Amino acid sequence: MTQRRQFLGSLAGIALAAPFGRLAGAAPAPSPGLPSGAVESGILAALPGKKPLIKRSFRAPNYETPLQYFDQLYTPNDAFFVRYHLSGIPRVDARSWRLRVGGAAAVAPREFSLDELRSGFEQVEVAAVAQCSGNRRGLYTPHVPGIQWSIGAMGNARWRGVRLRDVLARAGVRPGAVEVAFDGADTGVLAATPDLVKSLPVDKVLDEHTLVAFEMNGEPLPHWHGAPARLVVPGWTATYWVKHLASISILPAAFDGYWMKSAYRLPRAAFPGAAAFASQASESTTPITSMVVNSLVTNMVSGQRVAAGVPLEVRGIAWDGGHGIRRVEVAQSMDGPWMAARLGVDAGRFSWRQWQYSFRPGAQGSQRLLFRATSHAGETQGSQLVPNPAGYHHNLIQALDLVVG
Amino acid sequence: MKNAVAAALLLLAVPAHADESQIQLREGPGRVLVQANCITCHSLDYIPMNSVFLDHAGWQKVVDKMIRVMGAPIRPEDVGPIVDYLAAAYGRPAG
Repeated sequence: MTQRRQFLGSLAGIALAAPFGRLAGAAPAPSPGLPSGAVESGILAALPGKKPLIKRSFRAPNYETPLQYFDQLYTPNDAFFVRYHLSGIPRVDARSWRLRVGGAAAVAPREFSLDELRSGFEQVEVAAVAQCSGNRRGLYTPHVPGIQWSIGAMGNARWRGVRLRDVLARAGVRPGAVEVAFDGADTGVLAATPDLVKSLPVDKVLDEHTLVAFEMNGEPLPHWHGAPARLVVPGWTATYWVKHLASISILPAAFDGYWMKSAYRLPRAAFPGAAAFASQASESTTPITSMVVNSLVTNMVSGQRVAAGVPLEVRGIAWDGGHGIRRVEVAQSMDGPWMAARLGVDAGRFSWRQWQYSFRPGAQGSQRLLFRATSHAGETQGSQLVPNPAGYHHNLIQALDLVVG
Repeated sequence: MKNAVAAALLLLAVPAHADESQIQLREGPGRVLVQANCITCHSLDYIPMNSVFLDHAGWQKVVDKMIRVMGAPIRPEDVGPIVDYLAAAYGRPAG
């Protein structure tokens, strides 16, 4: 019994009181699981052009999307989460902007204006989840330092742009190319602060779904989301989705920089289902790559009161690192039985998948529902965290505790 | 006209005082040093956000990272008082 209680105690008791109708700047709703200081400082605040979001830090701007916006297939641009490491964020002028493509393993360096990108290449669109590696870090036990995100450092959007591989082909990729590095226009305040440069293995940059995107949900890419163009790396965590893209370097060796070699690392073999990044792996660690399977209830929260005997529809979303969602299941205890939720429209394997589960609460008292998603690769959410120093890949089975009566 | 109405609505939607100047760190010895150093690169809400779960050694690691990795030009004699303040005002007791 003790064992069982501990087991359930480790589930993600995501019990964020729905922030519907709260005023901007109002006191935050209770967020069980977050550090107390993160709850107090997580006020609603609006960046220019954005809806009030949950402010994690003003500068660099880190703002989390409230739960209410996840009850739809695509996350509105003005409610989409904002994440920056560095505080020097220029307003990039789209007309004078140039994308530089070169590097030691490029045949010949090239430069493209936004017009040249738009008119010189086939345009494609992909629906894809952008999720911060540290989404739900604040719910880790024990807590680890970093931005104390709850559930909202993610969003799903339609990204439109051109294939990265088509752009690289114009500069020419030499046979010895190992990685491609990406630098955005944002910088640290101090010259000594490592610039945020990310790299990808060649197989990922040549993937037809990896884009240089300049539209988001049918609009020009908004400033806070990387105007005028950003990298879109479907299936991989958003640390690679470099914003305000300025230069691309095709490299004959592994890129050596703080944000690849030291940050965004995981214990090797901790997440066997994740995509490989062999050129950056060390003996003990490897970079974070593809997202793990996950799900979220989007129309109800723990502590919510429901009427006995009245049918309810629980809605949610599920996503993974690009295999697509095979099923979402609901149970009243870990022992099951696990009942299938109904999956919504399939917007592609990089999008999240909406689901719904109809349910009639029984007698008065408390009612627990557990939710778990399974990907087409067979990966399933579990009930124990996989420990890692930076608190990445939090994807515990969610427990929804309703009050009946 | 329509634009003016839209603009007015937009103004209403902007929360008052939604900026980092509202952040008040707790009283305590070393607070001025913390404010003067940390504010160069980031808003001070990073400190309360990361509380209360780091002990003195945990805050020491954070400050060391800011110096060694992020290049924070903190004078060596100020490091001790800064870590002591963070541990006292935003730390959990060791053990």
